[in-house]
Amino acid sequence: MDGTGREKPTLLEWVLDVVKGAGASAAEVMLAEGEALAAGVRLGNVEKLKSSSESRLGLRVFSGQASASASTAEFGRAELAKFAAETVALAKVTGADPWSGLPEPGLHPQHPMELDLVDREHGLVAAERALEMARRAEKAALDADARIKNSEGAEFESSRATVWFANSQGFFGEYSTTSYGLSVAPIADSGEGMQQGYWYTAGRKFEKLQEPEAVGIKAAHRALRRLGARKIDTCRAPVVFDPETAASLLRTLAAAASGPALYKGASYLVGRLGEQVAGPAVNVIDDPTMVSGLGSRPFDGEGVAVRRKYLVEKGKLETYLLDSYSARKLKLQTTGNAARSLGSAPDVSPFNLCLEPGRYDPEQIIRSVGRGLLVTEMIGFGINLATGDYSRGASGVWIEGGELAYPVHEITIAGNLKDMLLAIEMVGNDLEWRSSTACPTVKIGEVTIGGN
Amino acid sequence: MSTELANAERFFIDRFGLTERSLELVIGNALGRRADYCDLYFEYQSAESLGLEESIVNQTSKSVSQGVGVRVCAEDRTGYAYSDEVTFDRMRLAAEAASAIAEEHGGQPLAVRVGEPVRRHELYRVEHTPLEVPVEERARLLGDIDRVARGFDPRVRNVLASLSASRKTVMVVNGEGQVAADVQPLCRLTVTVVAGDGKSRQVGTFGGGGRVEYEFFFKDERWREYALKAARQAVINLDAAEAPAGEMVVVLGPGWPGILLHEAIGHGLEGDFNRKGVSAFAGRIGERVASPLCTVVDDGTLPNRRGSLNVDDEGTPTSRTVLIEKGVLRGYLQDRLNARLMKMQPTGNGRRESFAHAPMPRMTNTFMLPGESSPEEIIRSVKRGLYAVSFGGGQVDITNGKFVFSASEAYLIEDGRVGRPVKGATLIGNGPDVLTRVSMVGNDLELDSGIGTCGKDGQSVPVGVGLPTVRIDGITVGGTRQAGE
Repeated sequence: MDGTGREKPTLLEWVLDVVKGAGASAAEVMLAEGEALAAGVRLGNVEKLKSSSESRLGLRVFSGQASASASTAEFGRAELAKFAAETVALAKVTGADPWSGLPEPGLHPQHPMELDLVDREHGLVAAERALEMARRAEKAALDADARIKNSEGAEFESSRATVWFANSQGFFGEYSTTSYGLSVAPIADSGEGMQQGYWYTAGRKFEKLQEPEAVGIKAAHRALRRLGARKIDTCRAPVVFDPETAASLLRTLAAAASGPALYKGASYLVGRLGEQVAGPAVNVIDDPTMVSGLGSRPFDGEGVAVRRKYLVEKGKLETYLLDSYSARKLKLQTTGNAARSLGSAPDVSPFNLCLEPGRYDPEQIIRSVGRGLLVTEMIGFGINLATGDYSRGASGVWIEGGELAYPVHEITIAGNLKDMLLAIEMVGNDLEWRSSTACPTVKIGEVTIGGN
Repeated sequence: MSTELANAERFFIDRFGLTERSLELVIGNALGRRADYCDLYFEYQSAESLGLEESIVNQTSKSVSQGVGVRVCAEDRTGYAYSDEVTFDRMRLAAEAASAIAEEHGGQPLAVRVGEPVRRHELYRVEHTPLEVPVEERARLLGDIDRVARGFDPRVRNVLASLSASRKTVMVVNGEGQVAADVQPLCRLTVTVVAGDGKSRQVGTFGGGGRVEYEFFFKDERWREYALKAARQAVINLDAAEAPAGEMVVVLGPGWPGILLHEAIGHGLEGDFNRKGVSAFAGRIGERVASPLCTVVDDGTLPNRRGSLNVDDEGTPTSRTVLIEKGVLRGYLQDRLNARLMKMQPTGNGRRESFAHAPMPRMTNTFMLPGESSPEEIIRSVKRGLYAVSFGGGQVDITNGKFVFSASEAYLIEDGRVGRPVKGATLIGNGPDVLTRVSMVGNDLELDSGIGTCGKDGQSVPVGVGLPTVRIDGITVGGTRQAGE
């Protein structure tokens, strides 16, 4: 398909007409097209090439206050008409829900937004150049130290996508994106055990990526510093989260603040709007309008205009993250955070989530710890959003007298998310955007560390 | 019965107007570049899902997806290209992109003859899936679940129930002329209950399913059991104490706690990680990695199981692979690429999430064979420890072998008796080491109820796990309460 001209708006209008004809009272339709090219090397040799092209159409139809969602990749007009009619029939046998419906009119974007999400100069990066990027990153990692003896490889990927959206309120919108990513996973081997390191760079613009060599060296360093890790005894101690692990705390906070978790009663943040939920140094922003942001977009999954907002300001919970359905249920306004996978009803997600940088160098934060832990890796899913109970596997570096002393592993970090976020004492100044969540280094007062 | 069930091999050829000759041309051209192997993977999937919350079935959705993936392998290199437009031209383009991986260009196209279908198992002859049941009837089932769960205890505040069902028709054609096709039904019923008592709020989840007919949920009133178990877990956790932290004896209950094997052992034995030497188990076949009480297998041939397949996603019939025999490491899980490079046999474990992904070695149903001890005897043998009966998710770092999994229902064991419930217990350990500490294995092997999904390298596939009751002498428990507090 070619993505120019009136072809797509016409198709979307046609689908809206068909569902209306089949008895839908309201509807929205979304079309997403994408192409991607990925190339991987391992130990210097080409390992994989992957190329893809996809297009899918998503539909949400209402029959009064009942709704159904559907998606398809069959684009023949006859198949589409049948599919649209079946979706309407499905809505008719779905239970009426007093809160269901399209967003209130007037919430769609009024003006086009210049988000600069496309790298027109580079587009899809051809296999040879992609392989070269991956090779450079992996070579830098392998050359960084004699103990880097193996590798899970390096991969470079570029993709482009376009989304078209229309609803029966007369809104039509579209946007396109490109994205580029380079990752490398070297393995360090001390002779007594192996450790993997992983690092990556990603962005909407090819030129803005980190140099492959810098990515490789950082990945090697992350693998090397895990070698010779020991177990420690169970204790309570201050914990410093590096930017990657701190970002996972931030994502958990956003999940607890999202409408569906709240109205289901499955979040510890129920009824906490306006309350102190984190230390006073904590400011959390969701900004879908960030220029060239990996999560940026002009409208959300329901066509609602997006905006920059504080989720947490000076530790206070300022807003929840909502789509129109969860907003109506909670008697609030949508925040324009509907996230849409094509074939299902909207979910809620932050788009570009960040913890505003503070004033401390990460080194200063480490120095402030007498005895404690720097966490660099976390695994497992031990988070109960309903209570905030938190217990995850971790590894990192033990801190003695403000200095990084030795690596530790096979430990757990446990506590309650509420207490942990309230105990954030220091926020670093080392904010870097590599994904749609960014976080600087943070220090938490005291947490239970499970070991021997 | 639909035509796709009657003749899966004909399905794609008829649906997309393909001819055997066109498939032969695409594969022959791709192989012409001195590739070792080439396959085409066709997929057509339809899925429907219903969801209930706050006593209303307010979410219904359906999806149709289709596409073709072309893979070309040359030595240890893989080229993969896919498209959701299934036409001869698209396939030719995809084959060209994929075959760029074979570095020597310009070879003569190879003559390929599409042959007879591969013999596959018949593990799930399913005619009456939830997809064939009227939506209203399925909605009534969710309503009944809501009623039963709410009736369990006044502290039940909300019930979320969902029923999802899909049917995937696949066909693999490879450069050796082999053709394999399959129709893979799958369904799952999940119940989540939120309980609250003013002070605290807890969530309980239970569910089940498999490659089964709709009636599966009514046999022995399974649907009722799911509702009650989810409600019970939520309510029990309201009164749960904080889990202890530190190393202790852990007894795992039967069934779903088999996720331990999946994380601690299974991933580390997948062929790709071992060929590359990046797994903590690499090069250790024949070594003792578990107590002699432990025999662990991966078996994709169990009828109607969620993790079972008639043929894997490369067209190889699935099999039963012994991973650990009486404590000794015996085998790896292989797809074709890694089996060829390691000079081993494929084990029918080449799986992929969809046509948008190249296959890789994955587990099917992974479980430990039963031992001699009764579960009561095992509990009685523990002076102080943790009894974990249900788990949320788990994860492993295959390179250093460290794994983690989180208990969603666990109790303290005190003086040989199951005591009060504890919440928030995460278990962390070392894969090559944890099973050496197994000191008792129960005679009560159970497979899980059919809810597992495994993620690897961005691909999700349905899997099963199983375990008898086992006693592990010493595993780190991450709770919030320090020992002695």
